[in-house]
Amino acid sequence: MKKLSARRRHPLAALVVLLFALAATGGLYAAFAPAEKAQADSAQSLATEEGKKLYSVGCASCHGTSGQGTHNGPSLVGVGAAAVDFQVGTGRMPAQQPGAQVPRKKAIYDQAQIDQLAAYIASLGPGPAIPTKQQYSPDGADIANGGQLFRTNCAQCHNSTGKGGALSEGKFAPTLDGVDPKHLYEAMLTGPQNMPNFPDSTMPQKEKKDIIGYLAQVDSSKSSSPGGLELGGLGPVSEGLFAWIFGLGAMITVAIWVAAHTAKARKS
Amino acid sequence: MSTASHEATDATARRGKAPAGERLADWADGRLGIYGLAKANMRKIFPDHWSFMLGEVSLYSFVIIILTGVYLTLFFHPSMQEVVYNGPYVPLQGIRMSEAFESTMHISFEVRGGLLIRQIHHWAALVFVAAMLVHMMRVFFTGAFRKPREVNWVFGFLLLVLGMFTGFTGYSLPDDLLSGTGVRFMEGAILSVPIVGTYLQMFLFGGEFPGHDFVSRFYTIHILLLPGIMAALLVGHLILVFYHKHTQWAGPGRTNKNVVGMPLLPVYMAKAGGFFFLVFGVIAACAAIATINPIWAFGPYRPDQVSTGAQPDWYMGFSEGLIRVMPGWEINLWGHTLQLGVFIPLIIFPLVLVTIAVWPFIEAWVTGDDREHHILDRPRNRPVRTGFGAAWISWYLILLVGGGNDLWATHFHLSINAITWTVRIGFFAIPALTFVITKRICLGLQRRDRDKVLHGRETGIIKRLPHGEFIEVHEPLPQDQMHTLTAHDQPEPLELGPDVDENGVRRKVDRKTKLRAKLSRSMYGEGAQIPKPTAAEHAEITSGHGHH
Amino acid sequence: MSNEDMSEENLPSEREHAHHGAVEPVGDPFADPGLPPHEPRRQDIDERTARRSERTVALLFTLSMIATVGFIASYVIFPIDKIVYIFPFGHVSALNFALGLTLGVALFAIGAGAVHWARTLMSDEEVPDDRHAIEASPEVREQVFADFRQGVKESQYGRRKLIRTTMMGALSLVPLSGVVLLRDLGPLPEKKLRTTAWRKGMKLINQNTDQPLRPEDIGVGSLTFAKPEGLSDDAENFQTVIAKAALMIVRLNPEDIKDKRELDWSHQGIVAYSKICTHVGCPISLYEQQTHHVLCPCHQSTFDLSDGGRVIFGPAGHALPQLRISVNAQGYLEALGDFEEPVGPSFWERG
Repeated sequence: MKKLSARRRHPLAALVVLLFALAATGGLYAAFAPAEKAQADSAQSLATEEGKKLYSVGCASCHGTSGQGTHNGPSLVGVGAAAVDFQVGTGRMPAQQPGAQVPRKKAIYDQAQIDQLAAYIASLGPGPAIPTKQQYSPDGADIANGGQLFRTNCAQCHNSTGKGGALSEGKFAPTLDGVDPKHLYEAMLTGPQNMPNFPDSTMPQKEKKDIIGYLAQVDSSKSSSPGGLELGGLGPVSEGLFAWIFGLGAMITVAIWVAAHTAKARKS
Repeated sequence: MSTASHEATDATARRGKAPAGERLADWADGRLGIYGLAKANMRKIFPDHWSFMLGEVSLYSFVIIILTGVYLTLFFHPSMQEVVYNGPYVPLQGIRMSEAFESTMHISFEVRGGLLIRQIHHWAALVFVAAMLVHMMRVFFTGAFRKPREVNWVFGFLLLVLGMFTGFTGYSLPDDLLSGTGVRFMEGAILSVPIVGTYLQMFLFGGEFPGHDFVSRFYTIHILLLPGIMAALLVGHLILVFYHKHTQWAGPGRTNKNVVGMPLLPVYMAKAGGFFFLVFGVIAACAAIATINPIWAFGPYRPDQVSTGAQPDWYMGFSEGLIRVMPGWEINLWGHTLQLGVFIPLIIFPLVLVTIAVWPFIEAWVTGDDREHHILDRPRNRPVRTGFGAAWISWYLILLVGGGNDLWATHFHLSINAITWTVRIGFFAIPALTFVITKRICLGLQRRDRDKVLHGRETGIIKRLPHGEFIEVHEPLPQDQMHTLTAHDQPEPLELGPDVDENGVRRKVDRKTKLRAKLSRSMYGEGAQIPKPTAAEHAEITSGHGHH
Repeated sequence: MSNEDMSEENLPSEREHAHHGAVEPVGDPFADPGLPPHEPRRQDIDERTARRSERTVALLFTLSMIATVGFIASYVIFPIDKIVYIFPFGHVSALNFALGLTLGVALFAIGAGAVHWARTLMSDEEVPDDRHAIEASPEVREQVFADFRQGVKESQYGRRKLIRTTMMGALSLVPLSGVVLLRDLGPLPEKKLRTTAWRKGMKLINQNTDQPLRPEDIGVGSLTFAKPEGLSDDAENFQTVIAKAALMIVRLNPEDIKDKRELDWSHQGIVAYSKICTHVGCPISLYEQQTHHVLCPCHQSTFDLSDGGRVIFGPAGHALPQLRISVNAQGYLEALGDFEEPVGPSFWERG
């Protein structure tokens, strides 16, 4: 104990305390954060002929040798080409690790390979096909109607301008910023992971297009925010932080200047 | 001609020759008696410290809010009449919305500078409440609430509470999807009130939610009722500040009987007046660079639509935390429902605020101190009060975390359920922990002060003594610093005295007195303060026993 | 400005050290040494420094004037709908940005000028001012009480009991008129909160398409929102009706439904739940199709749609109400009546 107190004035003492604090914070964080480890297994099959070959290398270990599913992955019979194009095209599949949710990442397969995989899965059972550009292109969409539909069907999870939000137990609705219109369309059609699907029977093709049009207007890198910094588009929490840090921070800085004594002619 | 009137004529004649400015002042003095007021106040002394200007930030933001608010009323229509939007903002064209929303869109997109004024108004509101809270904490931690300023503490507290509700009614006015969700929450909270809840709800909303009335009713409350009360309280608050004269820090030449600083005219006229422009300038710059409450992104309110991340403005965030972390308790008995899951937070909400507001009165009761206090306490010298204040802040903060649990979850990749549970436990554990830690830090700082006074300042110079020992040279503090560090008084804890009086009869001590003595011991007893150095101790050490 | 410019003779070092209220420390090392002597600033002793301060203040005031001109110019020049890209703020309104910054500079410069003036040119000598006790002297106190007693006595308030009583009565009754006038703020609650617009035989209308729903439209894992037949979006009372009647429709595999009543009230696994949270009434609809949980975005109450809408997390006090549905002769989904219990937040009379 005595040694410890003798050393607490050491110039590096603060650094040591800081390191301990950081380690403790990190430990706490690790305890709360959904587990994260494992490695991407990059299936780099050069076989261009069929998706089946790609499938048996990259997917079969979880989804079964013929897509029937295992306890590690759901059955792919009848999910359709659109689901494959979405999951693999956004890099979610193949998954890196089990967890609350499989996040978006850089796609491992190129579009030609994805199409082959999709063709193979589609052959297992009928399901939604990959939409055409005409279906998902935001051109000619009714933006206002898209906005209304978005607020009714999507905003509750994805936020009114698609910035994403939290779900239960570490799951989340991802941000829609920068998502390819084709993938937006496929997500609505197929309902990936915990997202419900919005089939054409309840949300016709034109309405999906309108929603994509709305997102292109309000949630893209070109979207305008007339009032200035968007602050993440997250609403009052980020506004409150801004008001405290920059607003009140500036006020206090100014107040310190106003109240400080002016430099004297000579040091006392 | 009597002597009096003769003199008056003389005075008038004297005044008649004066320059125009003086003549105008004379005219006003003859009718308003301004010279008496000016004599007392023109050279009034204000002490200089940055923390004394936090109240000014609130005052000036309030003025800015009034100025910009008046401008906004020129364009805003407080009506829930439904209209179809035909304005320039494409993603809402053809959408049905209330006139309130539509006129806010008009202000934002069609009135030049309207968006700027809206944003200044809202940013100023956030800064206003934040500055009030920080100002209140400054007053709390320095003990500036002690006699004679208790009434002004209450005025300030009421201003904070009213400011919160004025803010709430204000951001509900545009009738957008985010604020409408907040109003819906308020409706649910009112419904949870036992017995009269449904009646209150029907009377406030003019029928079932949302009805067609709440915007116009909130409008009156927001622009007339609450600001009117606040303006009255504010005037009272300022009059009392002038009347009591400002508190000051201990220091050489500063006593409980004087106030040391610079005069109102000219220094404070320029500093305080200039500070208004500085505050306004900063808020205008905020409004130029950062958007606030972009209602067009939220869309108009519909009770069947919602956006995730539904949060109130920051000052209501702690109540949001309360409601989010409360377990869903509900009692159904004899055909009635008591929704504790909402009602308990509704009760705790004012309690959180009142907890800090009543402290000055508890402290005054415990200490029984009836003296006037104009010298501020250093927070470290009142460890229990400082610990309590810090505990309250930590309580408030943990609730704010609870209020934003969804954003914590998404931005730190945590589970929302885990955060909710952390807040549930933290609600009880964190204030207690903060109290203990803060108190210990205060005591540590008191020990350091004591050390500095008795042994002087560490110079960082290491000296080797003839016999080989190394010591650090300490330099005695100058007298003004020694005075400053020992200027505070250290109250004795209240003693109950012996159990039996001089006749051997058991004294009756009522419970209240016992409690008071116990609290007093915890505030000033052993382990609650470090005895400050006495002159004798100082003399003994400095007389040279080979210390240095 | 170099030190040589400050001639020593200008330094008022010979000025007496005014010790305001100083007590010469005799023995007490902690005694108040009194106010320290005033130290001059450079500006106090060197006119060139002072003049530089003057120029700085004038510059700030001039800057403010220029900014105000800039404000007016921006108001005239920039069209209100002009969006420009400004790093790092993004695509912002040119008008808002220009107006805000020019106004900010115009105001800030006035303030900075005034404060700089006060800090560098106005006297910074700290002076003490005496305080006086807030409370009155005992004589004044006595006088006030005597005056008060005299006044009360002259009014005969104490003697004329009848006047006192009736006046109190009148004053306490008269505010009642004000209270009574508040009665028409709204209707009485009666049973209004117990019912919704749903009636037996009403078709479930898809809110996206405004068309009645058929069972085959709704696949497993899909999410659909419905409103009662005949409710138009532009109806006068649309908001008030939809605030209670909004429905959320999902389809589960019938074998996944754990609650027997839920199964009975469903149609081939299609279940219709109120979209209004039982906590405080947010439209709850964050449906996780794999877990069948539905989460409220406002306060995170979580309900299990495969188990009678039971609450599994959060502050909600009771399960989500379910609407009994079936299929009519034309093959459309229809309600078999209103909700069996009040929807939305709990209230005292709910029971």
